[in-house]
Amino acid sequence: MRHEQHPLNEYRASTMTAAKTDEPLVRCENIWKTRGRNLVLKGVNLQARKGEVVCLLGPSGAGKSTLLRCINAIELADRGLVHVDGVPIGCALRNGSHVRLTESQLSRQRADIGMVFQNFNLFPHMSVLSNIIDAPMRIRRETRAAATHRAHELLRKVGLLDKAGAYPRHLSGGQQQRIAIARALAMQPKLMLFDEPTSALDPHLTDEVLDVIKGLAATGMTMIIVTHEIQFARDVADTAAVMSDGAIIEMGPARDVLSRPTDPRTKTFLARSLPDPQRQAV
Amino acid sequence: MSAHLALDTAETSTDMSKAPEIINPPRLGRWIGVILVGTVMAWIVYQALTNPGFQWDVVGRYLLDVGVLKGVAMTLQLTAIVMIVGLLIGIVVAVMRMSGDPLLIFCAHAFVWFFRGTPVLVQLVFWYNLAALFPAIEIGIPFGGPKFFEIPATVAISSFTAALLGLGLNEGAYMAEIIRAGLMSVDNGQSEASKALGHKPWHTFWVVVLPQAMKAIVPPTGNQVIGMLKYTSIASVVALYELMHSVELIYSRNFEIVPLLIVAALWYLFLVSILSVIQYFIEKHYSKGWQGQDDRGA
Ligand SMILES: Nc1ncnc2c1ncn2[C@@H]1O[C@H](COP(=O)(O)OP(=O)(O)O)[C@@H](O)[C@H]1O
Ligand SMILES: [Mg+2]
Repeated sequence: MRHEQHPLNEYRASTMTAAKTDEPLVRCENIWKTRGRNLVLKGVNLQARKGEVVCLLGPSGAGKSTLLRCINAIELADRGLVHVDGVPIGCALRNGSHVRLTESQLSRQRADIGMVFQNFNLFPHMSVLSNIIDAPMRIRRETRAAATHRAHELLRKVGLLDKAGAYPRHLSGGQQQRIAIARALAMQPKLMLFDEPTSALDPHLTDEVLDVIKGLAATGMTMIIVTHEIQFARDVADTAAVMSDGAIIEMGPARDVLSRPTDPRTKTFLARSLPDPQRQAV
Repeated sequence: MSAHLALDTAETSTDMSKAPEIINPPRLGRWIGVILVGTVMAWIVYQALTNPGFQWDVVGRYLLDVGVLKGVAMTLQLTAIVMIVGLLIGIVVAVMRMSGDPLLIFCAHAFVWFFRGTPVLVQLVFWYNLAALFPAIEIGIPFGGPKFFEIPATVAISSFTAALLGLGLNEGAYMAEIIRAGLMSVDNGQSEASKALGHKPWHTFWVVVLPQAMKAIVPPTGNQVIGMLKYTSIASVVALYELMHSVELIYSRNFEIVPLLIVAALWYLFLVSILSVIQYFIEKHYSKGWQGQDDRGA
């Protein structure tokens, strides 16, 4: 399962090298961001075409989460623009300068971008079903019946149809994360962002979450995934980008970057992250 | 090796009688405690029954007196309105405090500083005597501009309004701190997840963050309500006809001070008991999703 290649990968890898004819779905250009006194992002450029899966790797503290959060305007960059589907995120051009949008305007942009967090962040006071249907009902003005119908469909896809009435606290981490993915998908986003979706899970629970993400990749969903699972990145990613110290130090077709890295920092990072061959044999 | 061990354990666990039973140590301290508490309670009951000073017949006569019942109604009404005002002010001030906007944070700080820092008694008397400071309440341009609307302050500020303002603003300052503590107890990831789904700020606050904060807000708020119920008696200084004032008026006529204080105490005790029950159910409501054992895997 883990070593199988999705047929879409071949296709995407070839379109990637093609001439720049169409606008990429996500385009981060020269993003700079400080946090306190730290310069966290130092002129990051990143693109993702429609249907492309980009895996973002790198040591902790590199700025991966910050970059992801700038893409859906949970945070706003100090300098540089993020475009999603051709629309600048977090600001609007007014009289020649880029002016920040209000929270209310930002929420409209965020609705089209799904995000999955390391700690799941399900709403603990709502049942699994309410977690999923709340946003589509409020924001998309869907009827309860329609939202519930699709919630059940999504729950079936992530294999948790029987948990609709449960509360998040009574589910395992892996189940919670699959619900969180279903919740994000219920908004029918055009882009999905994952911030270390399996880092908070026990090792034996990571596969059930990674399999759901792989299935999603096969449907052609555009995804940017921060992960430390190198093997998973090999399987699912078209493009791998390696970040270190606020900058992308290496980026290219996933198989090249992950198998024949050129940057010495990537080499040491990969060497440290690759699973122990003995552990894999078990 | 490990298989052998497992088999061993499986064999012994079938015979329960072989496992040593664990019993509790003798609890001498508890028995002494029971005797002490029992003695004190027996003395209290004995006093209550035999001491003629309690005058239970007078207590019985005034417990359901129309004047006292009116006082009870006013106490309940004032407590309810003051708590609602305090809760609303508290939410607004707490949100201002956490907004990140320097001006709003300053205003919230100033509000809490002033109304928590001055005695309620002073605030009550101040509002009641507002007429001395501002002879008329007017709406218009300040610093001597034109007036659009004007009423004399003595008309506007009744006993009830003064009590409401004094107690409500003070309560708002305390509630702001309780609500702020509650909001801070909710993990940041919750509002982030709500934002990421595309919820508007007010939805994130009312539907995602506040209900979770309620778990931490309800118990101290219950304390505040119970405290306020009794604290409304301070409004008797501005001649508001609440429970305490109603019994004061009666014992100033017939001098049956102790039995009438008992009447008031019994009513407060009864009302507080009801509030405690209500608090129990509200707490149960807001612990939805947290009930049951923490048995999740990872
Ligand atoms: N609240 C904060 N204040 C100041 N610096 C922060 C804060 N949060 C994170 N940082 C810094 O920002 C950098 C990038 O963080 P992050 O984007 O979370 O990295 P990653 O996700 O790659 O581990 C880190 O060096 C971290 O120390
Ligand atoms: Mg991170």
